[in-house]
Amino acid sequence: MTETRHIVIVGAGPAGLAAARAATSHGARVSVIDAQPAAGGQVWRHDVAHASKRAARVAIAALERVEWLAGHTVIAATGQTLLVESRDGAFDIGYDALILATGARELLLPFPGWTLPGVTGAGGLQALAKQGWPLAGKRVIVAGSGPLLLASAASLRAHGAQVLGVYEQASRHAVTTFAARLWRWPQRAVQALALRTRLASVPYRCASHVRAALGDDRLEAVEIVSPHGVTRIACNYLAIGYGLVPNTGLAELLGCALQVGPTHPAVQVDALGRTSVANVYAAGEIGGIGGLACARIEGTIAGHMAAGDSETAAACLPRRARARRFATALAHTFTLDPRLHALATPDTIVCRCEDVTLADLAAAGDGRGARLATRCGMGACQGRICGSALTELGHASPRGVRLPLFPARLDTLASTSTTTFP
Amino acid sequence: MSAPKSIRLSVNGQPVEVPSGTSVAVAVAQATSVFRRSRHGQPRAPLCGMGMCFECRVNIDGRAHVRACMTPARDGMQVRSDD
Amino acid sequence: MAAFDLIIVGAGIVGCACADAVSAAGWRTAVIEPGPVGGGATAAAMGHLVAMDDDAAELALTHDSIRRWQAFAALPAAEFSRCGTLWVARNEAEANAIDTRIARLAAVGIRAQVLDAKALYQHEPALAPGLLAGMLVADEAVVYPPAMARHLLQQAGARGAALHLGRRVQALTSGGAMLDDHSHLDGPVLLATGGALPELAPQLPMRLRKGHLVITDRYPGALRHQVLELGYADSAHGHAASSVAFNVQPRPTGQVLIGSSREFDVTDTAVSPPMLQRMLQHAFTFMPMLRQLHAIRAWTGLRPATPDGLPYLGAVPGMDDVWVAAGHEGLGVTTALGSAQLIVDLLRGHTPAIDPAPYAPARVLT
Repeated sequence: MTETRHIVIVGAGPAGLAAARAATSHGARVSVIDAQPAAGGQVWRHDVAHASKRAARVAIAALERVEWLAGHTVIAATGQTLLVESRDGAFDIGYDALILATGARELLLPFPGWTLPGVTGAGGLQALAKQGWPLAGKRVIVAGSGPLLLASAASLRAHGAQVLGVYEQASRHAVTTFAARLWRWPQRAVQALALRTRLASVPYRCASHVRAALGDDRLEAVEIVSPHGVTRIACNYLAIGYGLVPNTGLAELLGCALQVGPTHPAVQVDALGRTSVANVYAAGEIGGIGGLACARIEGTIAGHMAAGDSETAAACLPRRARARRFATALAHTFTLDPRLHALATPDTIVCRCEDVTLADLAAAGDGRGARLATRCGMGACQGRICGSALTELGHASPRGVRLPLFPARLDTLASTSTTTFP
Repeated sequence: MSAPKSIRLSVNGQPVEVPSGTSVAVAVAQATSVFRRSRHGQPRAPLCGMGMCFECRVNIDGRAHVRACMTPARDGMQVRSDD
Repeated sequence: MAAFDLIIVGAGIVGCACADAVSAAGWRTAVIEPGPVGGGATAAAMGHLVAMDDDAAELALTHDSIRRWQAFAALPAAEFSRCGTLWVARNEAEANAIDTRIARLAAVGIRAQVLDAKALYQHEPALAPGLLAGMLVADEAVVYPPAMARHLLQQAGARGAALHLGRRVQALTSGGAMLDDHSHLDGPVLLATGGALPELAPQLPMRLRKGHLVITDRYPGALRHQVLELGYADSAHGHAASSVAFNVQPRPTGQVLIGSSREFDVTDTAVSPPMLQRMLQHAFTFMPMLRQLHAIRAWTGLRPATPDGLPYLGAVPGMDDVWVAAGHEGLGVTTALGSAQLIVDLLRGHTPAIDPAPYAPARVLT
């Protein structure tokens, strides 16, 4: 009897779900791991108030044929084994092939008042809304950069929020040029039109950014800079994000090579989803921010590849190429205005976990020495928020990833199923 | 047996009721806007909504540092925030 | 060619302490460091100012140095926290040895008291049941080493010390040192390069002893004192290829720092899961509540270890005008200030506060 290949997929968003569908189609034994309590990742996050999109429901159905490990976090990786922790315990899971579909997180840049309760990411408030966060009648400003702002604004409206405006830092010229090119990607054009319709009464301003969030113990108002000057708007929530950053932590821990060039690390993958490490594949955002279409097609490719079917995988390549071209165009449109790099003032907190201000960091010099002296990046978020912000602002990148990949119980780090001591 | 329509838990000793399927973060938001205090005592609340920022950490049933945005609310939970 | 009264190679806690002491004595000082200040073993260190009483020479240096550390108790950069040290006995032999240890510490003026089992658990309720007794050294403290190293170096800089940061000494020359940018500094040299000592003084034996540490999220009040097992010295002074010993520390931030492990001759600085597992499982036997705490980071450091475990403090035999302050194993932070003062006294021909003979580098070459 031949051994069935065990394929482990980390991430149950669109990429991971597509990979699961493809892999199970070959009869492989598949396990899917996600730290979230439910499947869908961010784009297809379960919404307590609304039914899921049909595409999401269909994709999630693929989990019926896998070992579905919801609420499980990968803490460490050695050899071809992952150490995984859940609320109730920890265990090792081995694999023959691994598919990394760990998605992306928002790029959040420090500015005066950004630590006030009421200031969230743009995708962040959308995620909270889907979890049931009460937004009915609340005044919300959406700001930052990227198409995520429109999707977020529409979603927040659907949850009852009063969206006062969407403030995009890119210029009107950049945005309209991009919109004019959307005919090349019909599905996107339809999406964009639908969004604009749903948001018809919501002001969409370009070349605008938030320079400060105001309030004592929570957000009360924001100051917006636009070509017309500075405006102060009273609001309950500021949903602000500057795009997405790949979650490359696990890939780095496994030794996967990263791409040279982009500001924020992305995993080096070939068109068939292979990373530089044998038997490790990557799909979706971690190979470069590409959106839903890239995630789905690359997940499919990786699933087939992991199961040993490179022919079916290769047949997907033209679709992948088209999806990636769109992603590249997107990135160019929404490159950040350098003024955003200078929003933080000396007393603005840069490292939220350790309360390290810009002045603290400046006093300590740059690079690793400054981080050692201030403990910037050494808190619970393990440098995910401040590290990406500092990278965007042009500071030296923090050192590579260490274990534990996420905060984990000491009990988990001490657990061993096979090791014996001398 | 169908799932309960709403969940009853307590946040900082205060009874809170939330719809089934919502997160502990949502329950906490009913009671307070402060999830935790930073190193220098500043009030903090969820930022990223997806488990990356660790600003939503609360104590649930005696367990410290649980990310509220990643945890479904359950009947009878005793949640304490840092306010 | 720049001329100095002392050229210090290495800006870890020991090099920085020496720079501070030497510049305070009015000497024209240069400091050369290729990496971040306090970025080597200093960055990995626990920052515990602890008296180990097993070796008389070690105790003398420790006591002298801890006395000098008190001057920094109010300095914000030091993050000086007087949590005290609690040593715990898990067997009769360890318990019976407590009185001897107290006497040895008392002989150098360090106050310690015995705790019976009841008092032990009153002092530290989280301890595992079944421990027999303890020894409390209430006045001991912890500091944050990288910030202290930077502070000491800044003090030296403020007195006019030339800081060559981002530079490396390529070679020692007759009369000084040549840097990697081909510049030359003239003057006596002090090697404070820790585990890298063999690069410039290969005649002095040095081994690297890898250690693991883990730090948790904030749990204020979980732990009241730094806690060590009385058997700790068996690991520190032993020669086993690998060993673990229980050591936990409450940081002023409320985080808990857990150690310790020792492995000889492993230069790979990656965290070793089996070693981490062993260290933690050992720790749980002393303090089961640690199991549920969340670890945020795990890291390693390479302790510089000489054959007898005592640092090299003094003139390097066979080299003209080359001195050394290196090889402090796990007591680099504790003994940095005492080491620095000893070096200053030897350089100036003054009688040091403690007998320098046990640390003389020449001792290993007979």
